[in-house]
Amino acid sequence: MNQAPPVPRLRLNFTWLGLMPFVIFVGLFLVLPTMHIVIGAFQTPEGTFTLQNILDLNSGTIPSSYWISIKVSVASAAIGCLVGFGMAAAVTFRAVPRWIRSPLMTFSGVASNFAGVPLAFAFLATLGPVGLVTVMLRQNFGIVLQRDLGFNILSFWGLTITYLFFQIPLMILIITPALEGLRREWREAAEVLGATGMQYWRMVALPILFPSLLGTFALLFANSFGAVATAYALTGSSLNIIPIQLFAQIRGDVLGNPNLGYAMAFGMIVVTAIANVVYIWLRIRAERWLK
Amino acid sequence: MSVWTRIVGWAVLIFGLLYFFLPLSGLFEFSLKARRGVYSFDAYREVFADPQFQATFTYSVVMALVTIVIGILIVVPTAFWVRLKMPWARPYVEFLTLLPLVIPAIVVVFGYIRLYNTASWLPLTGSIFGTNTLLAFGYTILALPYMYRAVDTGLRTIDVATLTEAAQILGAGWFTILRRVILPNVVPAVLSGAFLTFAIVIGEFTLAALLDRPAFGPYLQRIGANKAYEPFALSVIAFTITWACLALIQFVSRFSKAAPARH
Repeated sequence: MNQAPPVPRLRLNFTWLGLMPFVIFVGLFLVLPTMHIVIGAFQTPEGTFTLQNILDLNSGTIPSSYWISIKVSVASAAIGCLVGFGMAAAVTFRAVPRWIRSPLMTFSGVASNFAGVPLAFAFLATLGPVGLVTVMLRQNFGIVLQRDLGFNILSFWGLTITYLFFQIPLMILIITPALEGLRREWREAAEVLGATGMQYWRMVALPILFPSLLGTFALLFANSFGAVATAYALTGSSLNIIPIQLFAQIRGDVLGNPNLGYAMAFGMIVVTAIANVVYIWLRIRAERWLK
Repeated sequence: MSVWTRIVGWAVLIFGLLYFFLPLSGLFEFSLKARRGVYSFDAYREVFADPQFQATFTYSVVMALVTIVIGILIVVPTAFWVRLKMPWARPYVEFLTLLPLVIPAIVVVFGYIRLYNTASWLPLTGSIFGTNTLLAFGYTILALPYMYRAVDTGLRTIDVATLTEAAQILGAGWFTILRRVILPNVVPAVLSGAFLTFAIVIGEFTLAALLDRPAFGPYLQRIGANKAYEPFALSVIAFTITWACLALIQFVSRFSKAAPARH
């Protein structure tokens, strides 16, 4: 039995080949196109390096487009977080019967995926000039939305209210597990130490939930920042948010420097990337408590 | 639980429910108003009779089915391989599949238009078939986060390594293993990914409009700019299809929880 140990053969490892179809596909149809845009943002039409495109973002209507996009996204994310949190809390802490939870979660799963052109029409039919709610308010209460409240569906608030249709359910979906992760023991411990309900929320529950809340806010922000179809169908080009501006630029309505278009797209990636990095980072922090 | 907490809880919940159901009922009511003074299905009749509706709708349905097939072909083998042989690569693959949620669709399609134009090394936008292919690939990318997560969750519930070894002992090759062992075991997961893909593709606007393909989303937008009641009827149809798809996901996932995985 004095066999020599087997000579270590040089074995080529071909396991990675199995991932190649996926990597090539994602590379060709996601990574490369995006890289092309990012690189193009820093090039002149002749292909030399320049920062001029990025500087040009600060001209014409572009800064105001970014600004109104950010405002709509912040507003719809903030209100979405608040209302969604309220609804999730009402169900989690049994302020309303328990059986509501399951249908609410199912419904949220469906509604959070619903954006696009039909959503725009749903809100036009409700809050538009002859919409259901508009007409009801006028006939029963004598309130004319446009005249008395200064409300117009084709405006900043109109778009924000429309986006909330998918923002609130998304918040409910994400925050409910976090709320359910709050242990009963923590509340009891706080009460034993003499904390009031307010103090428990302010000093125990909210600090624990804070990363989840802020993280979901970032996700909701990114979610509405990149949306094109709803806004385009709702307002045409009357509300100049940045995705619509870029849409027009690509369509060729605004004929200009294609590299400026690259820079606009690059700016969008930067904004959503920051929001997502914040989300992921806060999520990792939040998960420490929810094990 | 104090009375006030209950009142606030109900108030928030009712507000939320009104928020969801008012637009839906508003939409439905408006779509019935095509005939003056009475409710009627006139707008729907108009819509169904419109050859453009039939053409664009068929186009989008075919697109959705093609996207689902491509998605399955890409995602199932990848998720399987990562689970079986390269668990260390999981975070990286997951990261790639989540990228479409970070990069707005309009940016991706902008990249397509510039990268695959007629002057490029892969002139996909040069022909109708090429553009259709590009659109299907783009949809696959859009649906990737949902498809991958669904399939990966499905694979978690079965013992991939044992099933694969058993099949190999019986002489099966990789293709047979995937098609006859792995795929049948993750059918509910694949189905829920497929329905979600269908719901995303059927009304998608940005990609189809910018690649200039005759899909349902751009048609809906165009009609919306020109007609009074038809777009609302079309939206009801789109809503119904989406919600039916998502209801089917719920149904399939409940059904699969009840029935144990086939080993």
